[in-house]
Amino acid sequence: MYSINPENASNFVAGVDLAFFIILGVSIFFLVAITAAMIIFIRKYNREKHPEAIQNEGSTKLEIIWTVIPLLIVLVMFYFGWMGWKPMKTPPEDAMRVKAIARMWNFKFEYENGKLTDSLYVPLNQPVILDLVALDVLHSLYIPAFRVKEDMVPGNIKQMWFIPGQVGSYDLFCTEYCGLEHSYMYTGVHVMHEDEFDEWLKDTTAVAPVVAEDASPADRGFQVLVKNGCNACHSSDGSKLVGPSYLGNWGNMRKVTAGGEKTEVLFDKEYIRKSIYDPNAEIADGFNKGLMLSYEGLVSEEEIELIIEYIRSLNE
Amino acid sequence: MSENKQHDAQKSYLEETGGRKGIFKWILSTDHKRIGLLYLYSIMSWFFIGVTLGVLMKLELIAPGITIMGAQSYNATFTVHGVIMIFLIVIPGLPAVFGNFMLPIQIGAKDVAFPKLNLLSWYIYIAGSILVVSSLFAGGGPPDTGWTFYAPYSFKTGTNMLPAVLGAFVLGFSSILTGLNFLVTIHRLRAPGMTWLKMPVFPWTLYGTAWIQLLATPIVGITLLMVIGERIFNIGFFDPAKGGDPILYQHLFWIYSHPAVYIMILPAMGAISEIIPTFARKTIFGYRAIIVSTLAIAFVGYFVWGHHMFTSGMSGTALFTFSILTFIVAIPSAIKVFNWVSTMHQGSISADVPFLWAASFIFVFMIGGLTGLILGALAVNVHVHDTAFVVGHFHFIVFGGTGFAFFGALHYWFPKIYGRMYDRAWAKTGWIIFFIGFITLYGPMFYLGIRGMPRRYFDYLPDYHGPNIISSLGALVMVTGFVIIVINLFKSARSGEKAEMNPWGGTNLEWRIPSPPPLENFDEIPTIDKATYKYD
Ligand code: HEC
Ligand SMILES: [Cu+2]
Ligand SMILES: [Cu+2]
Repeated sequence: MYSINPENASNFVAGVDLAFFIILGVSIFFLVAITAAMIIFIRKYNREKHPEAIQNEGSTKLEIIWTVIPLLIVLVMFYFGWMGWKPMKTPPEDAMRVKAIARMWNFKFEYENGKLTDSLYVPLNQPVILDLVALDVLHSLYIPAFRVKEDMVPGNIKQMWFIPGQVGSYDLFCTEYCGLEHSYMYTGVHVMHEDEFDEWLKDTTAVAPVVAEDASPADRGFQVLVKNGCNACHSSDGSKLVGPSYLGNWGNMRKVTAGGEKTEVLFDKEYIRKSIYDPNAEIADGFNKGLMLSYEGLVSEEEIELIIEYIRSLNE
Repeated sequence: MSENKQHDAQKSYLEETGGRKGIFKWILSTDHKRIGLLYLYSIMSWFFIGVTLGVLMKLELIAPGITIMGAQSYNATFTVHGVIMIFLIVIPGLPAVFGNFMLPIQIGAKDVAFPKLNLLSWYIYIAGSILVVSSLFAGGGPPDTGWTFYAPYSFKTGTNMLPAVLGAFVLGFSSILTGLNFLVTIHRLRAPGMTWLKMPVFPWTLYGTAWIQLLATPIVGITLLMVIGERIFNIGFFDPAKGGDPILYQHLFWIYSHPAVYIMILPAMGAISEIIPTFARKTIFGYRAIIVSTLAIAFVGYFVWGHHMFTSGMSGTALFTFSILTFIVAIPSAIKVFNWVSTMHQGSISADVPFLWAASFIFVFMIGGLTGLILGALAVNVHVHDTAFVVGHFHFIVFGGTGFAFFGALHYWFPKIYGRMYDRAWAKTGWIIFFIGFITLYGPMFYLGIRGMPRRYFDYLPDYHGPNIISSLGALVMVTGFVIIVINLFKSARSGEKAEMNPWGGTNLEWRIPSPPPLENFDEIPTIDKATYKYD
């Protein structure tokens, strides 16, 4: 990290790296010194050269020395760790706020003006506070170049903040294991000059993937699925992922559990609509409740029509 | 004690079958030595599975994208690898195998305090193991939650995690009962004259461990029960939608699982403290400091669990406290290292196989401990938490520490256990290959973590490719060493040269009885008048 990422990628890099290098330096010193001592003793006091051991039961003085000195050293290490960490918990008041929303298995970022993006855009040298929202399970938002990480806990909105110090693009990972596609839950952070960023922020249409108006309804339906990350859990080719495949159910009877009872319902428009807005009302047999979250407010009625067109088209 | 008795007429515990035949000689015997070996064989069998899963993971990670398996299989593989390695191998590990075999002998007793309970503990262990392993084959596929079973994912996944959790729960009982048995044994059955401060270090570390097993294991039991309740009855302890708190789960889990690290490492330190004086022909340096630091680790180890949760959102005060205690708990381990190295000073060292394992233990254990300091510092932890760095760190501690000590102990006590010696040249070859492979396998993980590669990643960005290749190749080298070691021991147990009573020149009681020991260890309970590790 230390060579390829700029030293001032964020305001925390210096504090974290200082603590890291101090501890690393001391550790390497002790590792080398003790290992060397061991190797020297093994050679020098080898039984062939040194047939008779010189007994020595110990020394209180030495015990005290090697308790107290390491204790002082680790307290210094602790101090640097603490000092590097403290500013992470004290965000400035006037920071720009962005809501970071995690769900299996993508991030979404919502700006104060309602703009919604898949990756994070931030202005250079401006403090940014991220409000961390997890919708389903634990996730963790990690930007290695910035040295920041905070777990995202459902039901508990936490904050993290930083000041980006260098224009460029950086990786952003989910580091708390969150199921099947955990390792694909990453995106980017883009740091822009402030005026550029302001231009970008004003334009609330540019980043949302444009669905060509002239595409067929089924194709546009597929775009809706892509845009909302549905395909992380659902396949179009019949293979079983975390959720059932879109393929081969349309118009058939579907075995479900509704309100604890096993029943069968027709896989039709109404069923699909309900599956998207209230997924836990009818649980498809062989799948687990609680994994899919409601998309009410995220997927519009018109978009559901397009999804239905797409699912129906798979039967042809 | 009465040294030069005529032992040859006595039958060894391996010949003494109690009238039972075949496998019943083993699974019905309450002899602590046979039970120790039952654990050895069961643990070794699970270890083969655990290692195989680990190698499969390393092969998967040798290149980005799907190499040999898909994401679901990978997630299940690291979960089952972790569950097997932690709950079936390293937690029981040294206490169950060498504790059972050596503890009564080292304190001059004929058996543990409750031999039948001891056998029962093994049965419980096997029942728990079978439950865990059954999760692989039955139901909705092997569990994919990671060995930590973090809520709320652990009760949302469709995979078969209940048997794994239930298995871990059952294994807890085995651990508690073994701990209890050892505590009573040490309190009640020490030979006349063996005062606490004449007791060798290995029993001392078992003593510290036994307290942790007894006091900490019930907490994980309750936690696992809560997960079961959560999954079956939807109670909502950990579900924010029902007013629960997922972080509560983490606290409960680590309150046990951090001390559990010390269940793994204390007896390992005990074994190292046996090996080094023997091969240096020198009494252990700072016996009392080693004992006190053992108890200090067992005690302070209860109060540092929060260092697994520095990014979970605890208060600043909590983080301050957990971080500072984490640094302090490193001190007793450092004291031990200093004392071991000082024991070598002016000794008369024979760098035989067990000593090589012990010395390499000190080396890898230092790396594990020092990287623990990096993790304990709050600022740095934020950066490396949940990355490959952590994976490197705990493999150096748990595998480098406990694992190296286990192999060291195995090579040290092997002639006593089987009455036969292994081929030392092969044992050394196996050791050096294993050691090189180990460093190559886990070393790159530190670098990957510092560069920001998260752990539990089935796939990674191309930037991380290089170190992953090295790591995977290291795995293959290490496994080669492992195979050599195992084949050598396996062959020697059957047909090795006959071993003497005291092939290494050790001073403790196990070296004053025949190899292999007779059924009741001593025909006459010895009286102890000397301090332990006396070479004059
Ligand atoms: C985190 C994984 C996940 C995501 C993301 C997800 N789903 Fe689901 N979905 C499931 C699971 C699991 C089920 C089965 C349980 C149930 O019926 O609620 C399901 C069920 C369904 C069903 C009923 C299918 C059947 O065969 O009965 C439909 C339709 C559906 N989802 C559509 C969607 C759409 C559209 C999206 C995106 C807007 C989406 N899902 C996103 C996991 C997911
Ligand atoms: Cu995630
Ligand atoms: Cu810990």
